[in-house]
Amino acid sequence: MTATWIAVLATAAGCYALKLAGLTVPQRILADARMRRFAELVPVALLAALSAVQTVTNGQAFDLDPARLAGLGAAVVALVLRAPFLAVIVVAAATAAILRATGIS
Amino acid sequence: MPTQQAESARPPNGESAGLGRGGRPADRPPRPVRDGIGLGLAVGISGVAFGAAAVSSGLTVWQACVLSMLAFTGASQFALVGVIAGGGSLLAGTAGAILLGSRNTLYGLRLAEVLRPRGLFRVPAALAVIDETTAITLAQPDPAAAKKAFTATFWCLYVTWNLATLGGALGAGRIGSPQAFGLDVVGPAAFLALIWPRLKTGRTERLVALAGVALALATTSVLPVGVPVILAATAALAGALAAPGAQDSPASASSRRAAAAPNDSSPGDAI
Repeated sequence: MTATWIAVLATAAGCYALKLAGLTVPQRILADARMRRFAELVPVALLAALSAVQTVTNGQAFDLDPARLAGLGAAVVALVLRAPFLAVIVVAAATAAILRATGIS
Repeated sequence: MPTQQAESARPPNGESAGLGRGGRPADRPPRPVRDGIGLGLAVGISGVAFGAAAVSSGLTVWQACVLSMLAFTGASQFALVGVIAGGGSLLAGTAGAILLGSRNTLYGLRLAEVLRPRGLFRVPAALAVIDETTAITLAQPDPAAAKKAFTATFWCLYVTWNLATLGGALGAGRIGSPQAFGLDVVGPAAFLALIWPRLKTGRTERLVALAGVALALATTSVLPVGVPVILAATAALAGALAAPGAQDSPASASSRRAAAAPNDSSPGDAI
């Protein structure tokens, strides 16, 4: 087995173990109000950060791609207008795609 | 038909049964299966980019596919092949990739409370714990919809991501870039859409989200890729310590689920 295979399998095993760990933590630790609140707020913090990072950065650099920014802007407009979930992501992707196809950005 | 399944799964007391704090308008039934399939397809196609990146970094097609099948968490997978492509050590690449997987542990804490997986079911369910499944699952108004959303999103995304990885590794990326179809915006738009109801209704949620974004962006240029997002968890910690009570908080405990949804005969068994 090559070193690369070991890295691949170790990554897979590590990532899986971390996922399983979250699901198998005894629920009684969530009996503490602060711990439960933390668990509730984590997805909000991480998904907000992920959305921002994926929109305005590329690697370790800021990357303000006009089509991508416009796509996310269109998603916000759709959300304010209470569009359903799939409409929001279609509007976002279509906006970016059209801007790129037309060469506007 | 998935849509019919989602329709018929609506609880009799509907939207008010709420995992989410009244975020969903009353005229909008939950569509966990349809939404999950849509997101799974759109995000899964990005697997083409991973497959292409993996092979160009020197991995074999098989190695790329095994990562997508068994690690199944995009950020970690890209991190490993990124380090390998950059000539970094395999040990550093593996350590970095596993570190990035830790956000799935945090998601699992919350998902376990909502999905209540039991015994050996946790073994397959664990593979499915990633950003997209978490976001869709926690956006559902009741536990039954949450489980459908979790399952549908996982299967659709898993199959699409793995086929796309294979395609990308075999050179399909040369046909056209996912960016041309705007697919790079799907993730950011989806994550924002799925936390939107909670941002609208919770002041703490808004502050935590803003702080998380600020922390992540402020540290992007100085920390390894992926770590800034994990750092955003400290915003959640601060929010929890500052306002721990939050009996009006969203998406919560089975006890409140029972109170809100008396028609659900046994909340603990709902999932």
